[in-house]
Amino acid sequence: MEHEITLVVNGVARRVSVPARRLLSDCLRHDLGLTGTHVGCEHGVCGCCTVLLDGQPVRSCLTFAVTVDGRELTTVEGLAGPDRLSPVQRAFAECHGLQCGFCTPGFLCTVTALLAENPAPTEEEVLEGVSGNLCRCTGYQNIVKAVHRAAELLAEES
Amino acid sequence: MTTRLFGEPVARREDPRLLTGQGRYLDDLGRDALAAAFVRSPHAHARIRDIDVGPALDVPGLVAIYTWEDLPERVGRALPLLIPHPALTHGRTAYPLARHVVRHVGEPVVMVVAADRYTAEDACALIEVDYEPLKPVVGLEEAVQGAQLVHDDVPGNVGAHLVQEVAAADGRGAREAIETAPHTLAFRLDIERSASMPLEGRGVYARWDGHDLRVYSSTQTSTSVRMAVAAALGLPLPQVEVIAPDVGGGFGVKIVHPWPEEILIPWAAMTLGRELKWSEDRREHFISSAHERGQVQYVRAGFDDDGRVLGLDVTILHDHGAYTPYGIIVPIVTSTQLLGPYKLGAYRVEFSAVYTNTVQVTPYRGAGRPQGVFCMERTMDKIARYLGKDRTEVRAVNLIQPEEFPYDQRMTFQDGRPLIYDSGNYPEMLRMIKELIGWDDFVRAPGRGIGIGCYVEGTGVGPYEGGHVQVTSDGRVHVSTGLTSQGQGHETAFAQIAATELGVPIERISVVTGDTRRFGYAVGTFASRAAVVSGNAIALACRKVREKALRIAAGALEADPSDLQITDGVVHVVGAPTASIPLSTVAVLANPLRYAFDEETAKATQFSGTASPDRPPVAEGEEPGLEGRDYYSPIRSTFAAGMHAAVVETDPDTAEIRIVRYAVVHDCGRLINPMIVEGQIHGGVAQGVGGALYERMVYDSHGQLVNASFMDFLMPYATEVPHIETAHLETPSPLNPLGIKGAGEAGVIPVSAVIASAIEDAEGIAIDRMPISPSELFGLRTAHAR
Amino acid sequence: MKPPPFEYHAPGDLGAALRTLAEVRGKVLAGGQSLIPMLNMRLTAPEYLVDINRVASLGGIDVTEAGVRVGALARHSEVERAGAHPLLTRALKLVAHPVIRNRGTVVGSLVHADPAAELPAVLAVLGGSVRVARWEGHTQVVRDVPAADFFTGPMESAVQPGELAVSAFFPALGFRTGDAFEEVARRHGDYALAGVCAVVTLDEEAYVTAAKVACIGVGPVPVVVDVSEASGHCPVHELDWAEVGRLVQSAVEPEDDIHASAAYRRHLVGVLAERALWKAAREGAAIRGA
Repeated sequence: MEHEITLVVNGVARRVSVPARRLLSDCLRHDLGLTGTHVGCEHGVCGCCTVLLDGQPVRSCLTFAVTVDGRELTTVEGLAGPDRLSPVQRAFAECHGLQCGFCTPGFLCTVTALLAENPAPTEEEVLEGVSGNLCRCTGYQNIVKAVHRAAELLAEES
Repeated sequence: MTTRLFGEPVARREDPRLLTGQGRYLDDLGRDALAAAFVRSPHAHARIRDIDVGPALDVPGLVAIYTWEDLPERVGRALPLLIPHPALTHGRTAYPLARHVVRHVGEPVVMVVAADRYTAEDACALIEVDYEPLKPVVGLEEAVQGAQLVHDDVPGNVGAHLVQEVAAADGRGAREAIETAPHTLAFRLDIERSASMPLEGRGVYARWDGHDLRVYSSTQTSTSVRMAVAAALGLPLPQVEVIAPDVGGGFGVKIVHPWPEEILIPWAAMTLGRELKWSEDRREHFISSAHERGQVQYVRAGFDDDGRVLGLDVTILHDHGAYTPYGIIVPIVTSTQLLGPYKLGAYRVEFSAVYTNTVQVTPYRGAGRPQGVFCMERTMDKIARYLGKDRTEVRAVNLIQPEEFPYDQRMTFQDGRPLIYDSGNYPEMLRMIKELIGWDDFVRAPGRGIGIGCYVEGTGVGPYEGGHVQVTSDGRVHVSTGLTSQGQGHETAFAQIAATELGVPIERISVVTGDTRRFGYAVGTFASRAAVVSGNAIALACRKVREKALRIAAGALEADPSDLQITDGVVHVVGAPTASIPLSTVAVLANPLRYAFDEETAKATQFSGTASPDRPPVAEGEEPGLEGRDYYSPIRSTFAAGMHAAVVETDPDTAEIRIVRYAVVHDCGRLINPMIVEGQIHGGVAQGVGGALYERMVYDSHGQLVNASFMDFLMPYATEVPHIETAHLETPSPLNPLGIKGAGEAGVIPVSAVIASAIEDAEGIAIDRMPISPSELFGLRTAHAR
Repeated sequence: MKPPPFEYHAPGDLGAALRTLAEVRGKVLAGGQSLIPMLNMRLTAPEYLVDINRVASLGGIDVTEAGVRVGALARHSEVERAGAHPLLTRALKLVAHPVIRNRGTVVGSLVHADPAAELPAVLAVLGGSVRVARWEGHTQVVRDVPAADFFTGPMESAVQPGELAVSAFFPALGFRTGDAFEEVARRHGDYALAGVCAVVTLDEEAYVTAAKVACIGVGPVPVVVDVSEASGHCPVHELDWAEVGRLVQSAVEPEDDIHASAAYRRHLVGVLAERALWKAAREGAAIRGA
């Protein structure tokens, strides 16, 4: 049986018909064509599929699309401003915080929410904040650096 | 702006797309394609009695079900043995779908095609396979006893046996040198299995239009997949194109080809006349993609009072899993790279590549080196401890000296060529790492130790790579090379090379990798070879283009080519900047036209007066267009090197192990982009930390992989990786025009050795088995106290 | 790794949820952070899934002097931020990772009853309870299950098919009472290899009047050990906490698994019990005059 749901994704209301078991990650990627959200484990450990649900980061692979009917979602495609990358995106580029880029959307969503809640995190808070996202390429050194840099950019621009 | 970009930390050109969700990874393609899923063996070893697909036939959305019996003869053949070797007397490979027997949990048995992956999995769940379980072979020591066989026709489960021996200067063999040495030590070392584990699994997507086949694969080698697919499907090569899109990490596992799915998906797409895609899920990746690292080593060393190694004798049991599609590259690399930066008196190494009923073993970043380095560095530490000497002192007396290069280790390396180190400065490197970590000032305390590990890595192996460079009439430069990218920043590094060679702003340069439509000849991305081999090929191709551009510009400017320079994409006469012509115009002039399509190209048409009426428009020996193609085929590998050191603290009560400091000194010759090199080292070290303290593949006695999830296979998070301090030494390679060596694998190689060294120092207990967990350290403490 | 098909119900209020559950006896979906991985791996295949996320009345945290009542839809992060109960807040920081805690629920963790999870230990050491409701005839029937009866085995709780755990109650810590949660996990955020949470109450003379621990990862359910007697004979600063730790150690019977041996786990329990009790006692002493 299919369920008609509406998801407000990156500010746009999208109507879609999905079976109850459709994972939010698959709904975003395959039903809505927003393939920036990646799927790395489908058991909630790697964090690649992290998106913002009403501003809070959640695992889209551990969420059924039907459950979040009517809610607001932000994916990596919705992070940039109209004419430039967001401070978090720019900081990741500046600090070489990504290599293959597969885990990156999950980190970007997680860090965006982290800095919204805590604009000047300590080293420990940064580590705790990204501690649920796996990266196999960077060894995290430059990701941690990028989070601090993003905090600086946000402070400069606010 | 300057166009001299080689050596600069240029911002990555792939980032804008990857940061905005615009990357195109395998599963992002083919939105309307059918989906495939596989029934995989739940048994480590079993005979297939019967397969009943009946119960699955009513699943709505089911399109097709295939077993081995359904495959045409050519498609159903055993997969190729990619790298044959005379010592691999009993090489064995799998069938694309299991034929009669399964030899590890996860081996594909049935392929299901359905409307989407959900329904494909529904159908898989309903297919009944009747297995006759056979006794599995698990564990190296059980395997070599040979009581049970993985392959009926491989006695003792030994697929390959190879001995390499290098005699001492006086002609004595290693064993004799050890017997007569003033001191000897004998010990056993164990290294457990881990895996590449990229965050994107493998995946294949195929489209057949009735004549041409296009295959996308998340691979480290699109050209080789292309040849394998064409061969298996009986298609002429020009009708097959293979593209590696953005690839979410490789680390070795994606160099193997063709994976069963790389044959089956294109075949089924052709058979069904439908687009078809398979995206590997994490569970599949654990049980059906490759693992690496598992070895047992028996070591004997003879040495003098200074710790100089007079003879070393190593016997290796190498766990090869169920099949050997990639030959015996991994144990060969272990055997040869074990030597590290040292010159030994005599050396003998013997390995047996052993079959077990587990996932096949093929290279994972480091590819046998971490095991070899573990062996040599543990040996150095044990000698130091035995003689009561500082561990770095023992290393120092064994180092190859700068004036001894090229240094011939008198062995045969993984490329079949002599193991001759091209360049290096190991004593300086040792000085640097000691200074960086503060070795001489380290204050030892219970539960606090320092460790060191040194390695040499053969990088940039052949046979070759090529580069194609084309300047179009808009002044843009299009660079392509056949090998693929999985996050190493090739689009940036290769653009830096082209910008520097051609004198063109990097913004005008684009780079394409891994697309057989653009470049058909290549080997692949592995063995830290992309920068060395493709980098130099691209540089050579650029030089051809530059030469041609100067020649054409010289004609137009009525100057001598040797008086010309290219700066910011403009060819000009040295010292007379007004006498100039943009490369875009040179590109137009390089291609005589009959038809114009804009103002610029009108300059090259037949009535424009730019060409001499006395010569053919395209002179003899020339080709139209401002483009060049060249290849770089190294005579031998380059040899990068590094030394790492770490400080660890062990909790006296809980036996938790914490890396307090981690320092790296690294030499990969000239750096193209130091930011990227540093990133490669960081990532390697993190994987090394995983291999030292967290990651292992745990098989039970039934051959079940009991930790096949990210819950239980413990890849480090940011909270587990220490801050990494780095320093660089640049010893250019004399072997290639750019003087570079590879850096891709470097970081991972010595980490287990370094951490073992540091824990041993902190605990005063021999650490001979890696990885090590707090529970295991507790066990060692308990045994030691007895 | 896609979930098998199921029939989906998303009732809008508690009555509807209970009636649905009574009728179909389905699996309850709240945060889904444990259930959905199992579905994705097809380790479970319920015929019916009852999604309670639309039952607004199940949200919320109710703080009284007696303690904290946490509704079935209160997410870990929400309860953590509320900071209404020191031990619960402390334990929540140890549950998985922040992003999982944004979705996972406190009551869900209790019902999931993983023997290595932190929250069951908190409920157990505090002697809290879980309120369970079901639909019978034409009405809602509610029962409160004390922690001691709630955890019935590894991944097994007292919630019966057709029932819904609607809230959990965590009794407040008394006067001059300190608490601590000590654990060792392989990676930050992993399930603990072993963990001990402790609650210690002192009298005015800094003698222990009550001391209790709950241990995780070392038995089928949280192992509660009352060490009041063993620690009450002298002021906390003079007490041999290592000896008390050994007493706790003797009460557990851990097993081997791929991450740790039984012997190591047993050893850890001793170390962690000593650390947790001492920390809790110090904290209790620090707020002595309060």
